[in-house]
Amino acid sequence: MSTHPLLSRVADAVYWMARYIERAENVARYIGVNLNLQLDLPLDPAHQWQPLIDTSGDTEAFQKRYGEATQARVIEFLAYDVENPNSITSCLRSARENARSVRETISSEMWAQVNQMYLQIQSQRSMPEPERLLDAFREIRLGCHLFQGVTDSTMTHNEPWHFLRLGRKLERADKTSRILDVKYFMLLPSAKDVGTPYDDIHWAAVLKSVSGFEMYRKKYGRITPRDVVDFLVMDRDFPRAVHYCIGSANESLHAISGTAIGYYQYRSEQLMGQLRAELDYASTDAVIAGGLHEYLDALQRKMNLIDITMREEFIARATELRQSQRQSQS
Amino acid sequence: MLLSDYDTQGFYDEMFDPSGQARQEAKLLLDTISNLEDGQLQRFQRAAERRLVQLGITFNVYGDAGGTERIFPFDLIPRIVRAEEWERIERGLKQRIRALNQFIDDIYHDQKIIKDKVIPEEVIRSAVFYRPQCVGLNPPRGVWCHITGTDLVRHGDGQIYVLEDNLRVPSGVSYVLENRDLMKRTFPQVFEGLRVRPVDDYTSTLLETLEAMAPQGSTNKPVVVLLTPGIYNSAYFEHSFLAQKMGIPLVEGRDLVVENEVVWMLTTKGRFKVDVIYRRIDDDFLDPLEFRPDSLLGVPGLVQAFRAGKVALANAPGNGVADDKVVYAYVHDMIRYYQGEDPILPNVPTYLCWRDADRQHVLSNLDKLVVKAANEAGGYGMLIGPHATAAQREEFSAKIQAHPRNYIAQPTLALSRVPTLIGDKLEGRHVDLRPYILYGEEIRILPGGLTRVALRKNSLVVNSSQGGGSKDTWVLAGDGVLTGNGAPSTDGAVS
Repeated sequence: MSTHPLLSRVADAVYWMARYIERAENVARYIGVNLNLQLDLPLDPAHQWQPLIDTSGDTEAFQKRYGEATQARVIEFLAYDVENPNSITSCLRSARENARSVRETISSEMWAQVNQMYLQIQSQRSMPEPERLLDAFREIRLGCHLFQGVTDSTMTHNEPWHFLRLGRKLERADKTSRILDVKYFMLLPSAKDVGTPYDDIHWAAVLKSVSGFEMYRKKYGRITPRDVVDFLVMDRDFPRAVHYCIGSANESLHAISGTAIGYYQYRSEQLMGQLRAELDYASTDAVIAGGLHEYLDALQRKMNLIDITMREEFIARATELRQSQRQSQS
Repeated sequence: MLLSDYDTQGFYDEMFDPSGQARQEAKLLLDTISNLEDGQLQRFQRAAERRLVQLGITFNVYGDAGGTERIFPFDLIPRIVRAEEWERIERGLKQRIRALNQFIDDIYHDQKIIKDKVIPEEVIRSAVFYRPQCVGLNPPRGVWCHITGTDLVRHGDGQIYVLEDNLRVPSGVSYVLENRDLMKRTFPQVFEGLRVRPVDDYTSTLLETLEAMAPQGSTNKPVVVLLTPGIYNSAYFEHSFLAQKMGIPLVEGRDLVVENEVVWMLTTKGRFKVDVIYRRIDDDFLDPLEFRPDSLLGVPGLVQAFRAGKVALANAPGNGVADDKVVYAYVHDMIRYYQGEDPILPNVPTYLCWRDADRQHVLSNLDKLVVKAANEAGGYGMLIGPHATAAQREEFSAKIQAHPRNYIAQPTLALSRVPTLIGDKLEGRHVDLRPYILYGEEIRILPGGLTRVALRKNSLVVNSSQGGGSKDTWVLAGDGVLTGNGAPSTDGAVS
């Protein structure tokens, strides 16, 4: 790791920039998959679109302002609503604001790409024509992929890059666990459908929501709920699986701290290491037997705690230092 | 077609002589433009503007409710400066900066120039930007103005005049570098034929200038940072651009603390010592303990750290005293006093309204003169007599009589013009020129600088906040010269 010092403010900004881009990409993918799914299996809106809102974690805000979850309302809320801080538009705006504040740290190409995506969605502002919908969300997804490719190939893999990767991986693990949680809960009760084409299509949609359908097929063949859980949580090699994400987040955290893997100096490293070890040796069957929802809920809480602790140790500490300094001088 | 009915309208034109013939240095460019297909130049122009938007090369407009970011309009037709003319400008600017630097140092030390009655004491005492906090300060090497952006204009008489000096935190150099980049993409063949002096090494020279200021005892590689007020500042793009090109951290006030007169930045691994700060924050906001106590942008204790020689600041605080337009009127006296030389570049004749005779003359000639507030910039606080209404002149007349020290007046200059793409045709528009001068171990000047152009018809105001745009500036290499920032021009083995 280079000895070039990294401002805490800059570390914070690149971390959030990455999280917002990843969040925008995930939302765009969910909407795209759902639009596709609707063409195969028209359901009542409560089952078709409400789960997307639940996955985003903004159920209450949505209900208050929009009421029933119809396609148009859900897309408006998740993609274009500037008052929803997690909408694609808001995410890209926040990503760009963060990028703008660290333009000297990231590469020009990265900045140009974030700016481009932001300008594009700005010029759009409201829902595209129905025949343009699928393309619109595909473009956003591709834009985010391009940003990630540009990031990995134009920015030195130094400390700020590791903060960026940490943000991306934690966000991704969180989103994968959420979509699994919501869908698993929704799909299992309809036990009468088990083994029917409908069931198969639904589970395929879950996999597609994380771009995992093809890779799943190669590994497992037929779709079963157990194997989907195994793939999305425990897989070591699929880049959107929780286990994979935590593995690389752990690497980045150690690259930042300079501590060897398997050891820890910081509390955040300890927490991340514990989670990683847990995933290393977990059994999918035991997780399902013990209640998947409870398991995923605990997983999300652990990731939140890692996020908070990491930011306290590397970012907030500097702020406290400055405040105590200001007080002693005034 | 573009140039078919081009008319210099009696103004000095940088591309055409008074008879309407293309000047020698402009011929190749004009030929190239004339041979473009119909509409091609307009397409180039739109492509350039699109690129500026995509790259987010924007400035923030204060007090503008709708969308705070705008591109600084860019015009593809450059201003061309002949080698021998540039050589004279360069000598004149070096002489001027040396004298101004000596003046600032003198004013905050012995004030010999006042004791010797070259400048009245009253002028300094009443200067808004004179900073008593700076008395006795000793910046490294005695350099106060490391980065200067002097504004030059050419009048109808063909002479280049100095309009103002801008010794505090001049901006705009990032546009020079970006404009050149756009121009090289657009007219590569003209560059090959003309031998335009490069500007790309500016950020290397700037970094050298900053590193050369490092206080004694700092590590062999000094830690240099650029201090910005943040993303809402109008010049934020430039701050991030320069930090990126120099590879130095871009810091905000909240990233720095001062302890025991040492400046530290707050990093993920704790504190890290800072040696040199290129600050793009005005004096007033730099340090709440010394200047405005309500400033949240600055760093408490920074000026004391500077005073103690633990950190270097570029530019040094206090330079604003020499930006006062009343003090400006004395720059030629400074050059004679400190250097014993005749000034090379003329000043614009200036009437000082606090002198009774001058004021009388100004008040009775308001319809012919340009009146300027002594301490405002950006084209604000200004009356252009011939273009003003009677009511505006009356307003300024009252202001002048109420605060004579705050106003100066100058003849209305017929700024020279350069062809500029307006709609589908080229029309003449007035320009000025801001070269950038770096004062480190020696004085080095970026060849050319920012040509600002008043895009509104007949307007003489080139400021970006008031409808101004920019152009690339091409300084042609003389025989054997192909080097950048004012490096010695004798060893020109490059062909």
